[in-house]
Amino acid sequence: MVIAPGSASAPALEPKIEIENLRVCYGAEPPALDGITLTVPARQITVFFGPAGGGKSTLLRTINRLNDLVDGARTEGRVRLDGEDILGPEVDITRLRRRIGIVFALPVPLPMSIRRNLWYGLELAGERSRRVLDEAMEKALSAAALWDEVKDRLDEPAIALSGGQQQRLCLARVLALEPEVIMLDEPSSGLDPISTAKVEASLQELKQQYTVIIVPSSVQQASRLADWAGFFLQGELVEWASGRELFLAPKDRRTEDYLTGRFG
Amino acid sequence: MTAGERRLLIQRVAFSTLGLATALTVLPIILIVGVIAWKGMPALAPSFLFEAPRDGLRAGGIWPALVGTVYLTVGTGLIAVPVGLAAAIYLSEYARETFFTRAIRIAIINLAGIPSVVYGLFGLALFVLFLKLGTSIVAASLTLSIMTLPVIISTAEEALRAVPQSFRLVSQGMGGTKWQTIRRIVLPQALPGILTGVILGLERAAGETAPILFTGAALFLPQLPRSIFDETMALPYHLFVISTQVPGMPVKVQFGTALVLLVFVLSMNVLATFIRSYHRRRRQW
Ligand SMILES: Nc1ncnc2c1ncn2[C@@H]1O[C@H](COP(=O)(O)OP(=O)(O)OP(=O)(O)O)[C@@H](O)[C@H]1O
Ligand SMILES: [Mg+2]
Repeated sequence: MVIAPGSASAPALEPKIEIENLRVCYGAEPPALDGITLTVPARQITVFFGPAGGGKSTLLRTINRLNDLVDGARTEGRVRLDGEDILGPEVDITRLRRRIGIVFALPVPLPMSIRRNLWYGLELAGERSRRVLDEAMEKALSAAALWDEVKDRLDEPAIALSGGQQQRLCLARVLALEPEVIMLDEPSSGLDPISTAKVEASLQELKQQYTVIIVPSSVQQASRLADWAGFFLQGELVEWASGRELFLAPKDRRTEDYLTGRFG
Repeated sequence: MTAGERRLLIQRVAFSTLGLATALTVLPIILIVGVIAWKGMPALAPSFLFEAPRDGLRAGGIWPALVGTVYLTVGTGLIAVPVGLAAAIYLSEYARETFFTRAIRIAIINLAGIPSVVYGLFGLALFVLFLKLGTSIVAASLTLSIMTLPVIISTAEEALRAVPQSFRLVSQGMGGTKWQTIRRIVLPQALPGILTGVILGLERAAGETAPILFTGAALFLPQLPRSIFDETMALPYHLFVISTQVPGMPVKVQFGTALVLLVFVLSMNVLATFIRSYHRRRRQW
């Protein structure tokens, strides 16, 4: 149960997700991820970063089993959530996906009102009480720093929101389910600096309660947010350390090259 | 002529050509509807609609044929819509892309090209004789369903596939099962396209003569069918009979019958449009 190899200074952290020797292949191509071993600590912000095609999105999709939906994806190794295997065939995938929420790079508002978007996950889980649904909605929208902007237009189509608002809507939609882990794949790729700041501020709030995993849109964002960070290069986890160590004193040459922009 | 004037001229010519082509396609439709309405209108009296034919079909009305066509269309819908929709959902949402599913899809497309009289013979052999349903409303509806299914399946599958994959990912990513995702997101989104296919298919079923000729259509039955195992009169067959088999038939009866059939089919279109817009208003927000 190594959290950060070589970091003695780390306080006792509770492990949330333990990944061991993970390997993911698509079809006959070389593995998108290979030999990945790391432990995501609870109630911290963990950052996975690196150049395009490194396997970051694949790793997120593997953790909540969304890669099951990809034809030809094969997964080997072990992933545990709170010590329980989540890759096995008898895992309750529906429940797992409620415990580990994911927000995709491109915001996808469902074709319904803002309110119904927020209700959606809970309704799937069988919640029928309008009071419960509305309370969860307000709480989630507030946590995603969107409540003030939409509280007077909850029954308007979600698609009418701006890009940045849509992104926070998608975050709120996941928060409404009160997951234990929230994964965000490049959550500010289409956002202006102000929206980005809002999202980042809400992430700092959220980590009090949730385990946050984020694939940042830039190295700057990675270093701003990371309690823990992993650098991924062509399917390999090159370096895994606390954010401070990795960004200030990278041990691997390739990490350093990437951080300083000397890459390729 | 400057280059600008030249471009303008080309644009004018292009627009006129396109407009003419449109007119050439619309004109026959207007003519058909106009002539049928013009010649059929005089026949339209309550007695024409609500009475059975008399005097060797030359007098009286078309009530048994009108009711029969409604029965056959509803019967076809009750069979073909659930089966077709289920097949489309299976093909689009569940089946993996294999040689087998590709073969099915090609078979479905080819089924749509089979002449309707062949469906009639097939229905006679399978439903009337082999399954011993006799010439009846069920046998005719089943035959019409077989003919309608390819249209419904392929348009519905296309409509389902047109729903963005990202919706499915989001829904399942939040712990939705595949079926919840289909029912709550995919089907409502695809509904307009599915309805269009259903209406296209049922309109064709309502207007066909050949498939029901050997499977359930009666030449003359003054009373309405009492069960689904009875034969029935039907508008298209009735129209065929009074246009070709009865000497001395008044023209206005023929066109009156055609007009009723036309209005029946068009009203299905109107109904579909109405459902679509109602659904759109209700669903989205
Ligand atoms: N659905 C898929 N089918 C086949 N191959 C895929 C699929 N998704 C990803 N891959 C492959 O897996 C590798 C890793 O892709 P992935 O999307 O996980 O990288 P990433 O680190 O998220 O990149 P980016 O920064 O561009 O988002 C790539 O080589 C990619 O081509
Ligand atoms: Mg990615």
